[in-house]
Amino acid sequence: MSDAPATPSSASDLIQPVGPKAARSDLALRLRANSEYVAIPLLAIAIASALFAVFLIAIGKSPLDFVSYVWRGGFGTAFSFQNTLQRSAPLILTALAVAIPARIGLIMIGGEGALVLGGFAAAALAIPMIGVLPPIVALVLMAIFAMLTGGFWVGIAGFLRYARGVNETISSLLLTYIGIAIMNFFVEGALRDLSNPNKPSTKPLGDAYMVGKIPGTDVHWGFAAGILLCILIYLLLERTTFGFAARVTGGNYRAALAQGLPVGKLIVAFSGIAGACAGLAGFFEVAAIQGRANASLAAGYGFTGILVSFLARHNPLVIPPVAILFGGIVAAGGLVQRRMELPDATVQVLEGFIFVVLLTSETLYGRFSIFKPTASKDRT
Amino acid sequence: MNDAILTVLIAMLGGAIRVSTPFMFVALGECLTEKSGRVNLGLEGTLVLGAMVAYAASYHTGSPWIGVLAAGVAGSALGAMHGSICGLPKVNDVAVGIAMMLFGVGVAFFFGKPYIQPTAPRLDSIPLGFWTDSPSLKGALQVNSLFFVGIVIALVLAWALRNTRWGLVVRTVGDSAPAARAMGISVNLVRLLTTTVGGFLAGVGGAFLSLSYPGSWNQGLSSGQGLMAVALVIFARWSPIRCVYAALLFGAAGAIGPSLQSVGITQGYYFFNAAPYILTLAIMIATSSATHSARDMPGELSMAK
Repeated sequence: MSDAPATPSSASDLIQPVGPKAARSDLALRLRANSEYVAIPLLAIAIASALFAVFLIAIGKSPLDFVSYVWRGGFGTAFSFQNTLQRSAPLILTALAVAIPARIGLIMIGGEGALVLGGFAAAALAIPMIGVLPPIVALVLMAIFAMLTGGFWVGIAGFLRYARGVNETISSLLLTYIGIAIMNFFVEGALRDLSNPNKPSTKPLGDAYMVGKIPGTDVHWGFAAGILLCILIYLLLERTTFGFAARVTGGNYRAALAQGLPVGKLIVAFSGIAGACAGLAGFFEVAAIQGRANASLAAGYGFTGILVSFLARHNPLVIPPVAILFGGIVAAGGLVQRRMELPDATVQVLEGFIFVVLLTSETLYGRFSIFKPTASKDRT
Repeated sequence: MNDAILTVLIAMLGGAIRVSTPFMFVALGECLTEKSGRVNLGLEGTLVLGAMVAYAASYHTGSPWIGVLAAGVAGSALGAMHGSICGLPKVNDVAVGIAMMLFGVGVAFFFGKPYIQPTAPRLDSIPLGFWTDSPSLKGALQVNSLFFVGIVIALVLAWALRNTRWGLVVRTVGDSAPAARAMGISVNLVRLLTTTVGGFLAGVGGAFLSLSYPGSWNQGLSSGQGLMAVALVIFARWSPIRCVYAALLFGAAGAIGPSLQSVGITQGYYFFNAAPYILTLAIMIATSSATHSARDMPGELSMAK
């Protein structure tokens, strides 16, 4: 368990009151210490953007053009911003799939697989229900089934970690490849819709069985579900004994065992919840965007979600804004490609720059005295 | 029916040799890196970037061997990046590996776009099947010279780790960083070098993918081979020789799908494509333990507990 990144979850982990002076300015201290967790990731984004700008100049493209197209394609107009929000929904949910296990000390990167399988499970379950059950019942059942499937899938990685000590990072990524293969197996075989000769897909849900838009917007309900889940998960992690037990386990595995905490159940439960979030993302991709399950489900949201969660320092309340930022970049990808004649992997390169610089910036924590509370200067 | 089984077995033999080569290179590179006590999960990205660079270099220069070298250099660059970042305090090597994986794949796809169409000169194979009349056996024994290079590297690596001063330094750094520091060894420098050399080997593995088998460059070229090779090192218990055996086993698993296809069994193609992943997972389950760390594991390794 000792291989997880250090993620102090709140200021109280860092600063214990050391004397009356500290207690007096507790709030100021918290602000001061917490601002480090905002300033350093922002600095990392700035440095990564600068490096990416140099990269663009080196290949003869203008970084200013890039910024203006990302703005226009992702944020500038009401239409593009709604598109961005739509794209950020799966990012929020797959980021949660990384953030929740991180709390218990696990680096799970199986969100993509849980998304694909969850979406596929929803589409498969829909086939016998279309025209039989009313849409609202069918959609709720599909969402539940998608979450169960995703939860089961990532839960496997959690269970293997606890029961057999299998490295969860590798196993969750392997499960992603297996999950995509399972979907392809069915979509190209038993569950293929033969009336669609172009792309192997399951039977379409049809308009009546699609998730609608949030009234007054062009954004589907997945976005609202993502925000709601972020709040619920935050409360679960920070305000319940269940979340506290998980934090203890993540902080010190042996201590948790010695305390008699049900470590195995906690690990499996947290992995399961994480997978359920990603599975729900798959449900919305199928029931609100694609209308059927096919290979386009594996669009890489699960991988961008990893970056979103790390940037948000695995804090559920910070995930939505970060996800919206990246949703915008992903949404603008097409425009950037066409107008600047850049390959479609441009966004991936930018994400790679940000991810690498962000993790490098981990080394900066505790280096700046400006963030250090004066009363605890002698502490490290 | 017997003929069909024979054909499948021969195709699996040939497939095992062909498919195993990239596994072998990545596993050997990762083996060296992990021997020094660090994990580089980013070798999947290195493999893909190596494949792209090799293809591009071979296309522009007309010499596939320059492509192999270029892939190694590109892989070393990624390895050096990983090695130097992880040398900083408080940086988590597993997380950096994930980032390097996404970075390497992104860069490879970015620069690889113009090379999807054209064909580059490929590495020649050595026809070891000259003694037989069976065309399928002849085909199976078309072995690429990189396969033998890999075996030689495995032998040299195994010997050097056991018998040279350099090998002792790497093993000391991997087993106990404090002991290495007490000996006056720069732990970070040793790990930087092993990660760089590991990246070189993984890059060469990528060159095999694009220049020999499957022998073209596209975005679906590698899907997890680099990652599986990392898992394979755990299975091989950090021994270069066992890495070769493990790579052959994985190669055979990876060859099941295409071999069955060669006799017309296309049912469950995707299922058999998943066979290597399932095998990897099964092996990890079988060889890991919840209570004690794996045998022969370098003591400094943060992964696998």
